[in-house]
Amino acid sequence: MTDTTSLPWSAHGDLEMLLFDVGGETFGLEAVKVQEILDLMPETVVPGADPLVGHVINFRGRVIPLVDLRQPFDMPPAATGRDNRIVVISQQIGDTSELVGLRADRVNEVTTLSATDCEPPPAVGLRWRREHVRGLVQRDGGIVVLPDLDLIFSAA
Amino acid sequence: MSEDPAAAFRVEAEELLDGLEQDLLDLNHQLGDKTLVDAVFRGLHTLKGSGAMFGFDALAAFTHHCESAFDKVRKGVVPATAALVAVILSAADHMRALLDGDAAPGEDAAILARLEAAVSAAAGAEPPAPVSRRGWRLYFQLPRDSMRNGTNPLMLLDELRALGDCTVTVRTDRVPPLPALNVRDCYLGWDVTLIGDVGREAIEDVFLFVMDDMLLEIAPIAAEAVPAGADALPIDEAPVDEAPVAHEPDPVVAAQGQAANDDDGEPAAKLLVRTAAQSVRVPADRLDLLMDRVGELVIAQSRLSQLAQQDGGVALRSVSEEIERLSDELRATMMGLRMVPVGTLFSRFRRLIHDLARDTGKTIDLITEGEATEIDKTVIERLFDPLVHIVRNSCDHGLEPAEVRQAAGKPATGTVRLSAHHAGGEVVITVHDDGRGIDRARVRARAEENGLIQPDQPLTDNELLALIFAPGFSTATQVTSLSGRGVGMDVVKRTIETLRGTIDLASVEGEGSTITLRIPLTLAIIDGLLVRVGDGRYVLPLGAVEECLELSAEEDRRSHGRSLISLRDRLVPFVRLRELFATGTEPDPYQKIVVVSIGSERVGLVVDQIIGNHQTVIKSMSMLHRNVGAFSGATILGDGHVALILDIGHLVDLAQPREERRYAAV
Repeated sequence: MTDTTSLPWSAHGDLEMLLFDVGGETFGLEAVKVQEILDLMPETVVPGADPLVGHVINFRGRVIPLVDLRQPFDMPPAATGRDNRIVVISQQIGDTSELVGLRADRVNEVTTLSATDCEPPPAVGLRWRREHVRGLVQRDGGIVVLPDLDLIFSAA
Repeated sequence: MSEDPAAAFRVEAEELLDGLEQDLLDLNHQLGDKTLVDAVFRGLHTLKGSGAMFGFDALAAFTHHCESAFDKVRKGVVPATAALVAVILSAADHMRALLDGDAAPGEDAAILARLEAAVSAAAGAEPPAPVSRRGWRLYFQLPRDSMRNGTNPLMLLDELRALGDCTVTVRTDRVPPLPALNVRDCYLGWDVTLIGDVGREAIEDVFLFVMDDMLLEIAPIAAEAVPAGADALPIDEAPVDEAPVAHEPDPVVAAQGQAANDDDGEPAAKLLVRTAAQSVRVPADRLDLLMDRVGELVIAQSRLSQLAQQDGGVALRSVSEEIERLSDELRATMMGLRMVPVGTLFSRFRRLIHDLARDTGKTIDLITEGEATEIDKTVIERLFDPLVHIVRNSCDHGLEPAEVRQAAGKPATGTVRLSAHHAGGEVVITVHDDGRGIDRARVRARAEENGLIQPDQPLTDNELLALIFAPGFSTATQVTSLSGRGVGMDVVKRTIETLRGTIDLASVEGEGSTITLRIPLTLAIIDGLLVRVGDGRYVLPLGAVEECLELSAEEDRRSHGRSLISLRDRLVPFVRLRELFATGTEPDPYQKIVVVSIGSERVGLVVDQIIGNHQTVIKSMSMLHRNVGAFSGATILGDGHVALILDIGHLVDLAQPREERRYAAV
């Protein structure tokens, strides 16, 4: 039994993913969800909002929330650097599909991951809440974390 | 015109049905009105005709039966009765269902049976009026190229002959001298005297497919007998009333038509063709798109004017001002495009009242006022459901049964009054009923029962009435199909609030209740006041701003622990937005208070700086921020930054408990 069935693997068992770093971990997201990768831009604080979505940005005349994955993964805040980017994805929230910005320390590459390398998150030994992770993929000696954005956003 | 013709027909049919419904409801009040009877018949007739043309055969067939039944009313064979009108109304509903393709099977037979019963009941109620033998005098002339297009005038004449006795004379005055004559053109005109009991529509039907381009004059000849339904008129006046006023073609128009025809062979004046409405139908999403563009333009323009102010030369500044003026005008025009008269909303309530009156057994009059008041289309659509709820409540709980009303010395017929007017940047819509009013004792009892208030908790009258809007409150001990399902006025209130509107209730026991909705004119752009709190900039809706004052350092110190300022002998509570938003910044030495009002409540908001007016294009916030009540939306400033729009109502609510906590702590 594995949680990885929720991932849209192709018939050949592979999937194109965008890999990016947050807080020293590498995360992977389906490339089809990604709309655009932006440089950092002025952010506006939303007082009283959940820290996960504490800011909004102006994405081409639209006001979209900026999500910080450090929050659900209990990572300490970090200073901004010159490699920082905003990954704009389209995400199903409730009944509607919305654009959401994800803060990334660094965007690595788009690559094809294979279902055979993917494992469900282990029951123990994980620093984060297990349900926030859809799967872990072994790759070049490292591990790519596939976050469950649907679940993470449902908490906000 | 790539539009699907069937879809176009659906839109047209919807409009026809709406018109039909209104005419029927009018007819219900004035059963003898011949004009309305004609209008209803015309509606049915057109629906049948165009339905068949676009392949809605079931609809056409069904409508045909209704039309034939109603034809008897039109001809005065049977009088119009309330029962008949009610059946045709339900038939109209069925036509709608047929149109949408979700009609219940067997429904048509049931309605037609009821229709037949109503017709025979009506016929029994009053013996058929003597049918007058009337006739028509008509003149028609076809476009010159009509024969080339396959029209055969002889067939038209034959069809006319089939209607009754015809005397036909031909007019040849348009036939040119031989050298100029084109043998394939039609130069002739025909005078026809038609004797027979024939409706005008029957004659127009003959010309149905050529009517658009032809000249057709139809005038009744003096009636030999008094037409049915006109027996109240003196005999010698009846024909006068009929002929010259309503039907005599305007000689000037006819002459112009003739002239146009002679000059260039263009289609002649269309005397009987319905005047085309001076409007263009545009899909709503295109309007929205345009609105977005205008919104972006306004943002870009404010950036431009900021740049021009900072470091522009005179030339740049003058261009920037020019663009500012233009974009202001464009915005105003755009707003105008989205405006719809509130009458379109009110007219939908006539049917509701009709049905409610039937279901409750009460007689109810609906009075509407200020139908011409215009309001944003989106707002209108979103107002419908809340208003339905309010009107249902008024009819169901508010208005008493006739006996009770009479015992109380009121007219037996209850009145519901829907009115609208503009007030500042808002539209005020009131729903008034002259029913029993709100029973305070019952409200209190119910609120105590539901745990909304403590027993014997002292409440002002306003607070007591406000309980009606509390979630889970419903005074209807008996749940009816109309109202009283417990999801009531709180949902209404929430919906109105999402429109940035307010709702107020006033009620006098025994005399009735009035619910007042105040809705902003538009949801898209507002005039805002831009302020700074800490490092963040926020927009306040200018409409809510009453005044701006300075909070002196001394007053600031004195006010610790009570957060009240005295404003013209009234104490106004204030909220430090810096604290509320936990900005973690030091306050500016000269803080300002912006006094805002919502309903009758005033509250001061302490900000660090007042930046100035700002044309605010409202952007909605993400669903992820739905729990953040303090903001009703966001906007994009001239420099591209996002500023949040403060939701005054929520801020006041949010501020209240904090103030109370502070009192408790002191």
